[in-house]
Amino acid sequence: MTPAAATPRAYLRAQSRWSPIEIAFWLATLTSYLFFPDYLSLGSQIAIAALFALSLDLILGYAGIVSLGHAAFFGTGAYAAGLFSKYVWGEPFSGLLIGGAAAALIGYASSLIIARFRHLTRIMLTLGIGLLLAEVANSAHDITGGSDGLQGMRIWPLLGFFKFDLYGKVAYGYALIVLFAVFVLARRLIHSPFGLALRGIRENWVRMPAIGASRASHIRKIYTISAGIAGIAGAVLAQTTQTVSLEAIGFGRSADVLVMLVLGGAGRLYGGIIGAIIFMVARDQFSGVAPQYWYFWIGLLLIGVVTLMPNGILGGLSALQARWRGR
Amino acid sequence: MFGPVAGVLFDGFAYGMLLFVLSVGLSVTLGLMNFVNLAHCAFAMLGGYVAVLVTNELGWPFFAALPLAFIGAAAVSVLLERTLYRRLYRASDLDQVLLTIGIVFVSVAVAAYLFGTTQQPVDVPAYLRGSISFAGVRFASYRLFLIVVALLIAVMLVLGLEHTRFGAQVRAAVDNQRMAAGLGINVELVFAVAFALGSGLAGLGGALAVEVVGLDPYFGFTYLIFVLIVVSVGGLGSIAGTFAAAALIGIVDIAGKYYAPELGAFLIYLVMVAVLMWRPAGLIGRRQ
Amino acid sequence: MQSVKLFAAGLVAAVMGMGAANAQNAVKIGVILPYSGQFADTGNQVDAGIKLYMKQHGDSVGGKKLEIIRKDVGGIAPDVAKRLAQELVVRDKVDIIAGFVLTPNAIAASSVVQEAKKLMVIMNAATSIITTKSDYSVRTSLTLPMVADTLATWAVKKGGVKKSYTMVSDYGPGLDSEAAFQSAFKAAGGEIVGSVRMAVANPDFSAYIQRAKDLNPESIFVFVPAGSQPAAIGKAFAERGIDTKKVKVMSTGEFTDDSALKQSGDAALGVISAWNYDHNHDSAMNKAFVEAYRKDNAGANPNFLVVGGYDGMHVIYEALKKTAGKTDGDSLVAAAKGMKWESPRGPMMIDPETRDVVENIYIRRVEKIGSTLGNVEFDKFENVKDPVKAAMKK
Repeated sequence: MTPAAATPRAYLRAQSRWSPIEIAFWLATLTSYLFFPDYLSLGSQIAIAALFALSLDLILGYAGIVSLGHAAFFGTGAYAAGLFSKYVWGEPFSGLLIGGAAAALIGYASSLIIARFRHLTRIMLTLGIGLLLAEVANSAHDITGGSDGLQGMRIWPLLGFFKFDLYGKVAYGYALIVLFAVFVLARRLIHSPFGLALRGIRENWVRMPAIGASRASHIRKIYTISAGIAGIAGAVLAQTTQTVSLEAIGFGRSADVLVMLVLGGAGRLYGGIIGAIIFMVARDQFSGVAPQYWYFWIGLLLIGVVTLMPNGILGGLSALQARWRGR
Repeated sequence: MFGPVAGVLFDGFAYGMLLFVLSVGLSVTLGLMNFVNLAHCAFAMLGGYVAVLVTNELGWPFFAALPLAFIGAAAVSVLLERTLYRRLYRASDLDQVLLTIGIVFVSVAVAAYLFGTTQQPVDVPAYLRGSISFAGVRFASYRLFLIVVALLIAVMLVLGLEHTRFGAQVRAAVDNQRMAAGLGINVELVFAVAFALGSGLAGLGGALAVEVVGLDPYFGFTYLIFVLIVVSVGGLGSIAGTFAAAALIGIVDIAGKYYAPELGAFLIYLVMVAVLMWRPAGLIGRRQ
Repeated sequence: MQSVKLFAAGLVAAVMGMGAANAQNAVKIGVILPYSGQFADTGNQVDAGIKLYMKQHGDSVGGKKLEIIRKDVGGIAPDVAKRLAQELVVRDKVDIIAGFVLTPNAIAASSVVQEAKKLMVIMNAATSIITTKSDYSVRTSLTLPMVADTLATWAVKKGGVKKSYTMVSDYGPGLDSEAAFQSAFKAAGGEIVGSVRMAVANPDFSAYIQRAKDLNPESIFVFVPAGSQPAAIGKAFAERGIDTKKVKVMSTGEFTDDSALKQSGDAALGVISAWNYDHNHDSAMNKAFVEAYRKDNAGANPNFLVVGGYDGMHVIYEALKKTAGKTDGDSLVAAAKGMKWESPRGPMMIDPETRDVVENIYIRRVEKIGSTLGNVEFDKFENVKDPVKAAMKK
């Protein structure tokens, strides 16, 4: 057991050092170009899902907010980026920022409602807001294209040079870069006093105001940030597939991301990423081999993880690791 | 003008009554056990399929199918409670949500495997189809039947809670679990029986619902949203609350579609968000 | 962390081993359908049509063996559909892509086939604009505007109906049918007395029907998606006292599909629908087709989904025969254009200009056939084309 760090800052710095496994992981993602050249489209969608799961982790794993409607922000970002490319211009990075900003705005508005409640009430409110926004997207079909999806998006080549191609090479690189950049930022956020305060709110709701941490404003902040990141993920999806449809904002996507995060393990920064990889790869395999059984196995897996490995796969692995070290 | 309004109100109330039967079980178990059981509508689906099997394959009358649906759902719930649910009584909201969603997923796959993905009809006696005319308004017979059944169930539940020993034990356990256990009440048994009752009611609701809304393997998901809305608006653990919320949601939904169809789907979500913001514990709920 | 990476790598390696390289003399067809999820029913039915055709006509054409690679899109998921199409082209090296029940998926895949220059056969998705999204797509099902337009024209000219109230579900296909029905109805001289758009996930229709009843219309046009809604609204009509003998209830074929009729029971008697196929269609070819289908599918009856898959395969087979085995997109599309043949539904053709389907639309009424309910054809419109694209040309 490492001795307690002398100052809070040193503690935080020690927590946020990059471990060799982490570095190896990120380098490994680049090797997909070499080893899995035919799977790059899947890779880009995994990266998008991972980013989305990461955004959910910020509110679920770190602030303890269970949300059944997080796709509302993903979809808002996707539609915002899509409409931006259709009516204004198709430069990808600016579209990304527009998507993130639009989602963050909606996130902030929602947080004004969400921050005041707890337990079932809060879960139902997140569900209700998600369903409302999905209905809005459907009703505004003149703008969003409704159930046929948004048509007429025009995405310019990345940096004026890299066109989004059939093999998904550019899409994968783009999604990966965005994922990594946001990941680094999220990592800094978590390993900061703000991040510690969030964990405090999650662990002991009642105590935090006693030590001067404002619960509501912290929750509003993290909810807005999380919504913005979800919006960026949605924007990347819109730009790499050049279409947006209602399922980007629907309940199915909210449920999927929750499952992914729990599979990997919430509150562990990498949980969303690992969960996304496993979920998406498994679903892709099932789609070719035995699609009817997908629901069965994912249901069983979920039941298994919750009863046997309550902290997800990463939690289970770290428990194993702890046992190995003979603690 | 009285005619159409009365008709719309009647239909909305009947729809609300169906929601009541589907939701009351969840309200009681949520309030009693504080367990977020999102698989509640999967039990309803089970009841629906039992009714389909009994009336179509076995050819038994519809009224025999209803109690069988109740018993079937209750039996399966006991099994699941013994094996899975009791491990997570002290677990977090999230874990309970995920366990029960996993159960719904499995139920979808099993239902699709056993019954296929097409809609299943249930064989309802002819006198329950069609409608009765009264004072110039048409009342659908099946909806009248739904209202009668729901009212019967509501009365039985309230009487049961107020006038039986078991009911007193349930009320004690809802109010203060620890004290109730301290007084010698077998809280675990109370939980198990209440849960079986609640799930059985869900099964009954499912069997009743088939004639109105159809049945397919996704029933567990489709109606979950409506049930959750009713339960959270009504207040956990309250039968009167669930009744009021169900009637409110049913009437608001139908009236909304009649008077302002452009708002159609939004209305109940707006109502839910508004009620929850005004009274977070529901209309007749208690603070957690 | 390591164990997870190993697991993922192993899984992928196993799959790559499974998808081993194939003989040069095979024609690969990638089929993208919803085999799981809420639309699994529709996906399985299209697939049954594909299987039946291949069983009847063998699995090789012109000396080349046909290989079908099935991919599950899971429902409405255009990003997944686009990725699956990309993977089929890049990884599995397919020559033809087929399937598509849902419009957003078909549109997303169109950009892939356009770039890869592969023939795409749309076996069900029914929105007009889909075939305009790529020069390589061909459709063998129908478009909703075709049907709504024909029904409206029939209603005024032959059905003796001058006024109508429309009720459609508030989403893409519903809005398309509403627009097509209303414009054709008015063009033929009729009057639309009112309309309502209904919430998509709607279990209870009584409020909407009461609105219609308030206006006491001569006829009502209905469009709801297949599933539980047709029966629900059919029963609601009966409950609210709408007598099909006094008020003409008109709809598209999904409303009077076999499973919907089973659930609505006698409430559906007298409903008039327009559609491209019914298993009761009176032709020798259809009777044989229905019998063969029943044998392989536990007595179930084929419907428009099955026949869409069946005819889609027909187009592929005949196009391959015409190009003498050449599988590039340009040759196959050129061979498919103008193709005419007799299908179980009646005569049909692939329009050389729009690459869309041209077929008969039948007007049917729900009647008792023996002890069950079925659609009885009593009128037809021949060589119907999609009106939306025809209007776009002008």
